[in-house]
Amino acid sequence: MTDVRFSLGGARATRMTLGRWLLFIILGLFVFYFLTPLYVMIITSLKTLDDIRLGGLMNPPSQITFEPWIKAWNGACVGIQCEGLRGYFWNSVKIAVPAVFISTLLGAINGYVLTKWRFCGANVIFALMLFGCFIPFQVVLMPMARMLGLLGLAGSISGLVLVHVVYGIGFTTLFFRNYYVTIPDELVKAATIDGAGFFTIFWRIILPLSIPIIVVTVIWQFTQIWNDFLFGVSFSAGGGQPITVALNNIVNSSTGVKEYNLDMASAIIAGLPTLLVYVFAGRYFIRGLTAGSVKG
Amino acid sequence: MASLEIRNLVKRFGETEVLKDINFAIDDGEFLVLVGPSGCGKSTLLNIIAGLETETRGEVLIDEQSVNDVHPKDRDIAMVFQSYALYPNMTVRNNITFGMRVRKTPKEQVEQALSRVAELLQISPLLDRKPSQLSGGQRQRVAMGRALVRDPKIFLFDEPLSNLDAKLRVEMRTEIKKLHQRLGTTIVYVTHDQIEAITLATRIAVMKDGIVQQFDTPQVIYDQPANSFVASFMGSPAMNLIPARLLDSEGHLCAEITLEGGEVLSLKLHLPEEQLRAHAGSLVVLGLRPEAFGDQDHAIGDRQAIRQFTSRVDMTEPTGPDMLAMINIGGVEVTTRLHATADIRPDSVGAFSVDMSKAVFFDAENGNRI
Repeated sequence: MTDVRFSLGGARATRMTLGRWLLFIILGLFVFYFLTPLYVMIITSLKTLDDIRLGGLMNPPSQITFEPWIKAWNGACVGIQCEGLRGYFWNSVKIAVPAVFISTLLGAINGYVLTKWRFCGANVIFALMLFGCFIPFQVVLMPMARMLGLLGLAGSISGLVLVHVVYGIGFTTLFFRNYYVTIPDELVKAATIDGAGFFTIFWRIILPLSIPIIVVTVIWQFTQIWNDFLFGVSFSAGGGQPITVALNNIVNSSTGVKEYNLDMASAIIAGLPTLLVYVFAGRYFIRGLTAGSVKG
Repeated sequence: MASLEIRNLVKRFGETEVLKDINFAIDDGEFLVLVGPSGCGKSTLLNIIAGLETETRGEVLIDEQSVNDVHPKDRDIAMVFQSYALYPNMTVRNNITFGMRVRKTPKEQVEQALSRVAELLQISPLLDRKPSQLSGGQRQRVAMGRALVRDPKIFLFDEPLSNLDAKLRVEMRTEIKKLHQRLGTTIVYVTHDQIEAITLATRIAVMKDGIVQQFDTPQVIYDQPANSFVASFMGSPAMNLIPARLLDSEGHLCAEITLEGGEVLSLKLHLPEEQLRAHAGSLVVLGLRPEAFGDQDHAIGDRQAIRQFTSRVDMTEPTGPDMLAMINIGGVEVTTRLHATADIRPDSVGAFSVDMSKAVFFDAENGNRI
């Protein structure tokens, strides 16, 4: 934000004109619009069921309770199993972490090869990979299921990791390729003459320069994979499901009273990791997206 | 320390031939400058010598050994790049020693080489900085340090000074020359700056359109350019190229120039005439360096060779040590380099002299020197 203000420049920018007031009012409305649902989710998750039934939607809880959170974590019923989200949360971690790591690393190597070790047909390969980014999830479901079956990975966590890696490579390659285009080829030439080979150059020169784009890719991939529902619901079974699928099952298992506080707590737990990633790495995200376009 | 030879070298990118049958050889310890306008193939040639690009045909020989199939890292060369290509993530120390560390050179040896180079280039205080914390001139030094540290057979410089400001460029040029004198290593240096070429080289290859136009010592290239391209490219201000006709008058060859208004300026030659005689009567291009001219009072050179003439002066440019006067001869703007105190005023008629022993002639059709 400070950057924006400085770029407008001088005292004029800090004076409160009518236009600026209007700007702040509109921004305030947007903030309100986006934060209200979160507010409702948080207060509802801290209310007792009676409180929810008797009080208004926007009212703060008359008595704060963490019971729904505890239940969501280790007692909520997913289908017939009543062990909470705990296990599914770790499933998602076990899927997301390796899938993010592998797809990012492969994207980096692909980008490196496509820009610094250009070969005949590199452009065609890159175009095909780009094309892969635009294939809708639904189209690949059947072939993917068949492939996982053949590999003996159907219904397993490693199967889901593979699916996410394959689907993510298109994006990660695109990110890294576009970033590496801005790194001068002379660096690679210099290192070649210095005696470094393909991987030495990659590990010791290219990768250390890639921090901004690694952050971007990791955030992007982590969000995609953590929030994925379709692949999760299609290619996993029983105790191996990711948290998104479990959340759906909690919210949709209707036995008697609808436990809104439990649903809200579960939803927040499911969304928390991606939220945290943005909070901690968001700065780098913006910086990485614009890197390369501006020198220095 | 090594000799370098290029034999019948051809390079094609698809259909376009960027290097057409390049041939030359330099001895151990020579300073070869490849000079030419952009797109002439000089950088490609350097990259092929380095092994960073592969030749389509022909051979590169270092120390009389063909290195066509030798990987760049095993050619024992070092290269300084136009953009310096310093590794941004490493300190100056690590930049310089990267090559040695990759090659697993013993630690003491690396340290020794580093301190030798740091002292030579006076960059010891900079060793722990990152490239982003250095000025242009300092980066340039570090880039040279990285090349020097390995003590290679041949140094390759790819337009190393083109990113520096004018003053620093002259300083670094002197330093590179000193370095060459001290180390005596063979150097191949690419530039588009003909002044750099003449000041640094022991031998120059002037290139255009993938062809070596002339390969010789700086003095020969300056005094006896092989064709009108070399003549106009090398030297600043450029050599004046004036359309003329060679005529035989009373047993002496004259260059006749038709001035505007139909008058004819006839300049008697003062050169060995054997080769020129064959062209008597035909159209030629007369090449005269600006310094071949003088004003009436400060005629320089052999009295026998001096010819006098008058001309209207279009413009004068005092440069300090001397003065450039632009005159029009035969429809061509001619630059003359005169004494700073010459009595020449713009928009008036001045009396000039020209040393015809310095004249060179080119074929009017193909531009080759006669």
